[in-house]
Amino acid sequence: MATEVKAKKGDRVSNGKPNGASLFESFHPLSGNKLEVLDPNGKVTHPEWLPDLSDDLLVEGYKMMRFARIADLKAVNLQRQGKLYTLPVNRGQEACAVGSAMAIRKSDWLVPAFREIGAYLWHGWPLSTLYKWYLGLEAGGVLPEGVNSLPTSVPITSQLPHAAGLGHAIKYKGLDAVVMAYVGDGGTSEGDFSEGLNWAAVFACPCVFFINNNHYAISVPRESQTRAETLAQKALGFGMPGIQVDGNDLLAVYRATKEAVDYARAGNGPVLIEAVTYRLGAHTTSDDPTKYRTTDEEKLWEPRDPLLRTKKYLFEKQVWSDEKEEELVQYCTAQVVRATEEVIHLGSNPIPELFENMYESLTNSLEEQKRDLEEFLRWQGKRG
Amino acid sequence: MPIMTMVQALNNALDVKLADDPSVLCFGEDVGVEGGVFRVTEHLQRKHGVKRVFDTPLAESSIIGACVGMSVLGLRPVAEMQFDGFVYPAMNQIITHISRYRYRTRGQRNMPVTIRFPYGGGVKALELHSESMEAMYAHIPGLKVVIPSTPYDAKGLMIAAIEDNDPVIFQEPKRLYRATKQEVPDGLYRIPIGKAKVEKEGKHMTIISWGAMMHVCRKALASLDQDNIDVELGDLRTIYPLDWETIVSSVQKTGRLLVVQEGPKSFGVAAELIALVNEKCFEYLEAPPMRLCGNDTIPPLPRSEDLYCPTPERVHFYARKLLDYAT
Repeated sequence: MATEVKAKKGDRVSNGKPNGASLFESFHPLSGNKLEVLDPNGKVTHPEWLPDLSDDLLVEGYKMMRFARIADLKAVNLQRQGKLYTLPVNRGQEACAVGSAMAIRKSDWLVPAFREIGAYLWHGWPLSTLYKWYLGLEAGGVLPEGVNSLPTSVPITSQLPHAAGLGHAIKYKGLDAVVMAYVGDGGTSEGDFSEGLNWAAVFACPCVFFINNNHYAISVPRESQTRAETLAQKALGFGMPGIQVDGNDLLAVYRATKEAVDYARAGNGPVLIEAVTYRLGAHTTSDDPTKYRTTDEEKLWEPRDPLLRTKKYLFEKQVWSDEKEEELVQYCTAQVVRATEEVIHLGSNPIPELFENMYESLTNSLEEQKRDLEEFLRWQGKRG
Repeated sequence: MPIMTMVQALNNALDVKLADDPSVLCFGEDVGVEGGVFRVTEHLQRKHGVKRVFDTPLAESSIIGACVGMSVLGLRPVAEMQFDGFVYPAMNQIITHISRYRYRTRGQRNMPVTIRFPYGGGVKALELHSESMEAMYAHIPGLKVVIPSTPYDAKGLMIAAIEDNDPVIFQEPKRLYRATKQEVPDGLYRIPIGKAKVEKEGKHMTIISWGAMMHVCRKALASLDQDNIDVELGDLRTIYPLDWETIVSSVQKTGRLLVVQEGPKSFGVAAELIALVNEKCFEYLEAPPMRLCGNDTIPPLPRSEDLYCPTPERVHFYARKLLDYAT
């Protein structure tokens, strides 16, 4: 087992030439270049690729990353107390989720996989709805009013053909919208990865496919998924631009996604982004990462934490302070506590709800089954 | 009134719905330029344009997966799977998304998708071109399953399926595509989903079938009549939701039930029908209900096909046995 992250060709960073060359040219998947703007200490290493991002928006992005982190930690905590069911752990991947979601508009479509808590929240999902899902309630799938998003997709990668279909419909109806769709590194091995990207490319759909490469599909390392040198290279086979970015660098993620979104919005077709990141926690609360990775490896990634890096940069820019940080943590904690209180007491669904959303109207068999269940419960109630 | 084969009636149904509703799209493999391998979509691309009627990449999961995204944005996709045996790569999308989206989103997002494909044997085709798996689809909560047996019903049911706000599996009996002709009205009309039809009344027994096997049963009627067996013949037309009322009231009248099914016998639609009459009208039964079905085997290749599918002679043979049953 690898105890350190070896330098590979794909790990060389941003030596592209910005003079006249577009981002996608400079970071062509065969160039071996990976876009990085900040180093792990928050120092700007490649000012030529700094995104056009106001201080306000940058600070908002950082705040959302912190909110996502605290919300995730709280959920894991509640799960450990037996109050929530199995849930995916997000810690370490906040820059991927937030940096990419920041690059789309409210009118664009979010197609999550399931480990993008920062993207859900940025795009308008209330935390309480996400918690309801973790709580084992169908109400967690209720799409918030006015938020253009598909619900969480449990079957790996099956959401990518949906993204292609959304893009297809956007084009057919002449809407001004882009689809932002997520998948993990393991998900690139699924047939739907190929089918979804291929459809989007053939019909030039306005889709951005974002791979959260966190190095593991539960326990199986990225190297066991594919012989391809990078996941970004897979773009070439579909005839679309691909780019690899440092997924723990908020600025690099935002910069690449913004370019991809603009490209798709202009009618050029889809783009594939591979964000190289690391899941600092377990796959889900049911997983034990010590079985498949070393603490040495985990330790190597801790200093690359996307929140640390962004915070250092904000300090460097003098737009952040310890007081603001403390205030933010307090605010986020209060929000998380409020969302928890809102949902934690909820019980099981009322019986009609279990049956009534299968079809537009109840079928004869569902009506009978609903009656049977109610009859049993009445009988049980009488027996006490 | 125009006289049409089932292929022409289905083509006409798609044509009138494409003209009627700009949210309807028709697509699949070879659906556009070629008009489908059975010509069900012939001339539709020329008439309605390449944005409405188009060829897709050869990738069934994305054909059905794309329907999810399209439906969310208010379109009504009509997706063709080229053959019954080629739906399987799309099963994940059908089971994990198409059938569940309404439930998953608490009724906010419905899937008004029609998945249509030719099904069943009897046309001397290759392996995986003769499957009759309606029981499998009917077993998936959230889907409706429709199978016509006449050109008139095919058009009316197709229009109803496209207009339905739930996903509909629409199986087209390929051996009946050109087997018969019938008067089919122009314009829009609907056959309601969930309604069976008593096609011929009779007093000795009820025979229930659907799709291609209806034609086999019809062919058996003459010899049954010569044998003085007066059969009531019912056509399910919709597999799910089942029309309990029509089935049960017919069996209450005749006291005997024979189900004729093309697909494998075990765990099939016939088994469901027999469970239904046992639950709903057990006291009316004068003989144990019977089922004449395909075998629990892979549908044989063309040379042995006739040993698998029910034939008119076998319908007669089973009907005789059912009538001769003595308590």
